[in-house]
Amino acid sequence: MEATAELHNTDPDAHITVQDLTMAYGDFIIQRNLNFTVQRGDIFIIMGGSGCGKSTLLRHLIGLKAPASGRVLFESISYWESSPVEQQRIKRGFGMSFQSGALWSSLTLAENVALPLGEYTELAPADIAEVVSLKLSLVGLAGFEEFYPSEISGGMQKRAALARAIALDPAILFFDEPSAGLDPISSRRLDDLILELRDSLGTTIVVVTHELASIFTIANNAVFLDAETRTMIASGDPKTLRDASPDLRVRQFLNRGET
Amino acid sequence: MPGQLNLQFPSPDNLRVVVAGSWLLADSLPSLDDFALQLQSRSDIQKISFDGSAVTQWDSGLLTFLARVYQLASDQKISIDPAGLPDGARRMMKLATAVPPKENTGKHKKHRPLLDRIGERSLSMWRAAPEMLHFLGEVTLSFGRLFRGTAQFRRSDLMLFIEDVGAHALPIVSLISFLVGLIVAYMGAVQLAQFGAQIYIANLVSLGMTREMGALMTGIIMAGRTGAAFAAQLGTMQVNEEIDAFRTLGFNPIDFLVLPRILALILMMPLLVLYAGIVGITAGMFVAVTVFDISTFEYYQQTVRSMQWTHIWVGVIKGTVYGMLIAFAGCLRGMQCGRSAQAVGEATTSAVVTGILFIIIAASLLTILFQELGI
Repeated sequence: MEATAELHNTDPDAHITVQDLTMAYGDFIIQRNLNFTVQRGDIFIIMGGSGCGKSTLLRHLIGLKAPASGRVLFESISYWESSPVEQQRIKRGFGMSFQSGALWSSLTLAENVALPLGEYTELAPADIAEVVSLKLSLVGLAGFEEFYPSEISGGMQKRAALARAIALDPAILFFDEPSAGLDPISSRRLDDLILELRDSLGTTIVVVTHELASIFTIANNAVFLDAETRTMIASGDPKTLRDASPDLRVRQFLNRGET
Repeated sequence: MPGQLNLQFPSPDNLRVVVAGSWLLADSLPSLDDFALQLQSRSDIQKISFDGSAVTQWDSGLLTFLARVYQLASDQKISIDPAGLPDGARRMMKLATAVPPKENTGKHKKHRPLLDRIGERSLSMWRAAPEMLHFLGEVTLSFGRLFRGTAQFRRSDLMLFIEDVGAHALPIVSLISFLVGLIVAYMGAVQLAQFGAQIYIANLVSLGMTREMGALMTGIIMAGRTGAAFAAQLGTMQVNEEIDAFRTLGFNPIDFLVLPRILALILMMPLLVLYAGIVGITAGMFVAVTVFDISTFEYYQQTVRSMQWTHIWVGVIKGTVYGMLIAFAGCLRGMQCGRSAQAVGEATTSAVVTGILFIIIAASLLTILFQELGI
């Protein structure tokens, strides 16, 4: 029992713990020796240059891809060592907003948001409709219930995807490049919404992004992945990293190349 | 403690909504009927305020409830004072009401009169005709450029398509034409045997397979196999804006994408039709030899005697026309595809339906034509 207790996390506030994670496609190693902890209520940024494996790390965290070695713990449960039933239960607490929205194109916005609600709650159809309207109005899309994803703009699709991600009031919300393709005002509104979800509902938020403005507005914790050394080279509050990281590459990244 | 709702009147014109306990979406929450009734019956209410100090935990359940309260209040033009709500809930409601709902989206008049819908359908079908002619024109121009040697496309693409519509189609064409040959031979032989004329199975099969069935069956297979693939490929490229990328770089997408596909099918269909004929005749021989006691040599002799070059040419010409039509239908539907996964599915379905429709029309016209010409 000692051995299993060891891998369990002792920090009660740790929501996601990554231990010695190595990610690989076959023999090709993307990143190795990743160790970091996302605290409950954190807005945690995964950053790094293009092609360093940010999105791959996210896919490991949401249970779409199994690690080559190492563990991903949610609270104190190791996801990849759990039974399928347990994995399903853990995943129920996730919300994910994909890079290009990934709305189901054959369903209206209302149906897109309603699908998880109908599947995983006991709510009556009329109540579901009200929750759906609420979620859509939270992302500024009230009145767009009957639209199909192809009938609205890309930025609106992204917001609609967020409405779907928060449909079940997830404990952890994952974003892949949330502000890519959004205008500055929509992007700012999205940042506000992310902050609000954390402050109001206590949601833990994990974001893959390299939008610096957004990083400094919302993040309180981060990990920096490096493509060349294939491991993480910094972690902590991005504002501190920007000003005082001992690593030049991190400072350059966070200062748009000027140091 | 489950969610509780109380209504108070600190002053006659102020309705205070007191919420307490746990307001979670998963729990059953108090009904709003009483609240709605109060709003209805007491016309002197000017303001709604809240007291949420005793709420222990909440999620979207409370927010949905509040959204309903807000909606009812705004219907009656009563002002809302959210000050008493839990902090987070107040901010979330502010966010939810920040953007007014979009109105007049035109999404609610779903049930229009029947005549209306018939009219619209007819008009859109009418509009589809010039679109098809336009595409036909573009393809014709593209072929013009091909013959002048100025069409831009990659020769390696053409080779890939030739491999895909030719060699890769052989297994399914073999199977289907073998079975069709079998059926034609068997059906015919049962009738012919009544006159003791089993040997004419050879005539029936060779004529039927080379002149009609080989081309027709290959056409239908290719419509399902290749026409659908073309529509799905081009449709997905349309979704990914790849076709726009070609246009922006000054490539003609018709030359680059449509021309090699049509060309590949035009080149391969004659070969497939010939192959289907051979397989069908072999199947006929198999039936004749095993079931109806005709020797292989007899069957061969009879086939050679009955076979004329014109039958083969007629079949090959038909097959080539079908190939052209299938590729045309597939590419047309692919290029017309909308920008969603749904649209790709529709384009694929439509490509197969259009392709088979074209084949049947062409088959009828060509049969009449050859009859009139006495070929």
